[in-house]
Order: sequence, then structure tokens, then C-alpha cells
Amino acid sequence: MNAAALTRSRIFPLALGLGALAAAILAVEALIRIGVINRFIVPLPSQIALAFERVIVEEDIAGRFRLTLFEAFTAGAMITVVGVSVGLLLFRINILRQATETWVAALASAPTVLMYPLFLVIFGRSAWTIIMMGFVAGVPPVILKTIEGLTGTRRVLINVGKSFNLTGPQLFAKILFPAALPTIFVGIRLGLIFTLINVVGVEFLINFGGLGQLINDLAERYDLPGTYAAISFVILVSVCFFVLTEWIERWLRPVD
Amino acid sequence: MAEASRLNLPAAPNTGAKPRTVGRAEPVLVVRAVIIVFILLFWEAIAQSGLLYRDVVPSLLAIGAAIVKLLSAPDYYWHLWVTASEVGAGLIVGGLSGLLIGLALGGNRVLSKAFEPYLYYLGPTPKIIFFPVMIMWFGVGPGSKIAMGAISCFFPIALSTAAGMRQIDKVLIRVGQSFRASAWQMATKIYLPAMRHPIINGVRLGLGVAIIGTLLAETKLSNQGVGFLIIQAYSLFDMPRMYAMLIVLFVLAIGANALVGRLGGLSAIRQL
Repeated sequence: MNAAALTRSRIFPLALGLGALAAAILAVEALIRIGVINRFIVPLPSQIALAFERVIVEEDIAGRFRLTLFEAFTAGAMITVVGVSVGLLLFRINILRQATETWVAALASAPTVLMYPLFLVIFGRSAWTIIMMGFVAGVPPVILKTIEGLTGTRRVLINVGKSFNLTGPQLFAKILFPAALPTIFVGIRLGLIFTLINVVGVEFLINFGGLGQLINDLAERYDLPGTYAAISFVILVSVCFFVLTEWIERWLRPVD
Repeated sequence: MAEASRLNLPAAPNTGAKPRTVGRAEPVLVVRAVIIVFILLFWEAIAQSGLLYRDVVPSLLAIGAAIVKLLSAPDYYWHLWVTASEVGAGLIVGGLSGLLIGLALGGNRVLSKAFEPYLYYLGPTPKIIFFPVMIMWFGVGPGSKIAMGAISCFFPIALSTAAGMRQIDKVLIRVGQSFRASAWQMATKIYLPAMRHPIINGVRLGLGVAIIGTLLAETKLSNQGVGFLIIQAYSLFDMPRMYAMLIVLFVLAIGANALVGRLGGLSAIRQL
């Protein structure tokens, strides 16, 4: 197989990626067994694999997963309702949009997660601190993408609506909102990703809640294989969440 | 957060931008001023009303005094220096490794298809969960904070560099080849100048997440740095000081981001 065929192939890069990952895991296993890597710092990958079952059964991973999911989706529902509503408001009142859109964009890139001690004081060491931190991180992209989706509606669609003498609410319900929906969903997806990152992160930092707390607990018990297994589980959940929302986004995207 | 731009969010406001029309800008400025005044008055009213626990919403005067006190304390600058050096070291380690990996992935389609999905999907995971591992590898001192900064900024820089490498105009590469440029000359005269914009963007994103990663690690386990000061203010329930530190930190983070863009000539590139 020549270089061009390798580049076009779908199987070879996938096999190369998975093969390299497997080789790296085997290399780490071998290096630990021969003593090059200290097994009290990095546990054997085989031990990590075995720890999965123990973590799932003994640490009530299903319950923790449900709690993290509940926190993420409560914050997700809040960012959807508040973000879309504020986006609509800013779209309707142009002067308000011009005055505040750059502030919302600045908020989207600000290190808001560092406010978690402040939220701890306001909401206490409870799920609400975690939910509100997820909300603060996730709402700016929803607002920005709602505005972008509504302002980006093709002029011809609006003209068609006007030619049918649609009223303002009808124009919004039949033309503007459906046309903006894919872009709004992009915002919701981004918001959900930021929310999930913050939810798990704050759970870890304040040692409360679901999966984030599990990692902290296992690390404090110096259960190395368990800690690595829990981290792997969180990565797996994040990746699945990311892939799922990406798939829904593609499904919603209009065909060009 | 700082990953916003990679995920196609609008960039943070360019403070140097001129308003398009003066007549349009004036009402906007008035609305902005009204909103700011309203928020400040609302805040002060809540602070004075006693509706919330005392000090949870301190008066603006107390926050202002705390900012002055914070900025006039030499101790704060030492902690700021500790955090800045950890962020800087993390950015160097994570940035250089991200740049190298990005160049390798951007320059080879097979490698890109094989390994870039891993970076793409690992990028949005919460990096703070790696902190226990970093403590085991690098100890409880600055090493683990530098590692957190490095691991945070690696992904945006690597992905941005790889994307930038693929977007280089093929004509530029052919021009370099026609001049029989060596690999080093190709890298320094063609690739890096052509990739300046995506690399600077990656560094800006990387800087943002490196600051977050380092500071979060400091709030979790440290006895020095701004993150430590924030969590100390929380432990002592010194709310005006905590607000003061968060305000100063946000200003510094936004300023550092703008400075990287300016030093990298991002505005000049945009004008081309």
C-alpha cells in the first residue's frame, strides 16, 4: 500500500491510533514490571483494568453518575431557558444587544470557575453550588449563539413570511425560530460541555457530589488503581457526552 | 472559558476597536453606563438592606478598600509572582509540546487521522481531575501546578497548530520548494510565519486555560500563589478580600490575554 492509499484509507489510521494506544499501555505495564517506573506512583494498567469492577460495584458509581448527570442537566435546563430567553430579548432590543453582547462574550472567556469559593459562601457546600457554577459557565455561549442564529436568518425566508402577511409572533414561530434552531443548539451543546466540565471540576474541588468527588475520595485513600480507573471513567463519560451532542448537532444541521 | 474560541464562540471584545459610527456608539455608551450604574446601585442596596447574610454581599466601599489594601500589600505581589511563574512555566512546557505535536499532526494526514480524534475528544474533559495524578508524579509543590498548567494549555495549542498547518496556502510551500529552501528555512520562512495567526490564537486560548488550571490546583492544595490566597479568604470568611482578589484576577487574566494578542501582532494580521 503506497502513501496516497494510506492517506485515503479509513481503516489504517484507526488501526494505527488504537495500536499505538495499546502499545503505549503495554509499554507502561512492562516498564512498571521491570521497575523503571515506580508502581507506587503509576499503578499497573492491568490493576487499573481490574479496579474498574471494584469501583463500579463498591463505590456506587451508578448513583454518583446519576447525581452528576442530575446536576449537569439541571444546569443544562437552566442555561437553555435563561440563555435562549436572554438571547431573544437581546435580539428584540437592538440597543441592548449592542451594549451588552461584548460583555457576554467577555464572560464566555473569563475564568468564572475561579468564583467557586464565592458560590460556596452563597449556596453552601451543596449541589446548588455545583449547579450554579455549571450555569455560570454554560449560559454565555447559549446567549451568543441564540443571537447569532436569529440575526443570521436568511433575508429571503423573512420576506416569504412577510409576503404571507404573518404577524410578528407568527413570523418568529414559523420562520425565525426554526431557522435559528440549529445554531441555538450549537450554543446549547457548547454550554452543556462547559457545564459538564465545571460540574465535575467543582465536585472534585469541593469534595461533594458524584464522579468528581469519587476521584477525590479515592485519591485521598491513596487507592491508585481506583483513582486512575475513576479518572478513565470520567474521561469516557465526557467523550460519550461530547460525541452524543455532536451527533445531535449534525442531525439538526440543515442540508446545504 | 478560554476554550470558547476553539469551539467557534465569538472572541472576547477587542478594546482597541474603533466604533463604526459615532452617532450609533453614543446611545450604546449611554445604555452601558445606565446598566453599570443600575448594577452598582442594586448591589449597594442589597448590601445595605441586610437581606442577605452580612458580608456575603459587602458594600462597594468595602470592596474598593479591599482592592486598595490588596494592591498595596507587598505580600500579594509575591503570591502573584508565584502564580505567574507557574503559569509561565506551564505555558512553556505545554505550549512547546503542543506546538511540536500540532506540527506533526498538521503535516501528516495519516498521523492526523490516527491521533487527532484523541486530542479532539480529550480536549473538553475537565483537566482538574488529573490533579491527584499530578501530585503523585510531581509532588505537592509548584511542580504539580506547572503540570496542571501544561496539561491544560497543551490541547488548544496542539489542535490550533495542527489546523493552522493544514490551512497554509500550498502556493507558499511551492514557492519555498522552488527556491530549494532547506527544512529549517521552510520552517522559519514559510510554515511558522504562515501559521502565526492560529499559533497566537492557540497560545491565547492556552494561556486562559493554563491560568485556570494552575489557579484551581492552587485552591485545591497549596500554601502559596493567588489561588491559595482566594481559598484562604474563603476559609477566613473575608468576603471583601475575596471579591477584591477575584476582580483583580479577572482584570489580570483579560489583560494578559490582550497582551499576548498584541505582542503577537494579532491586530496587524487582521488588517492584512
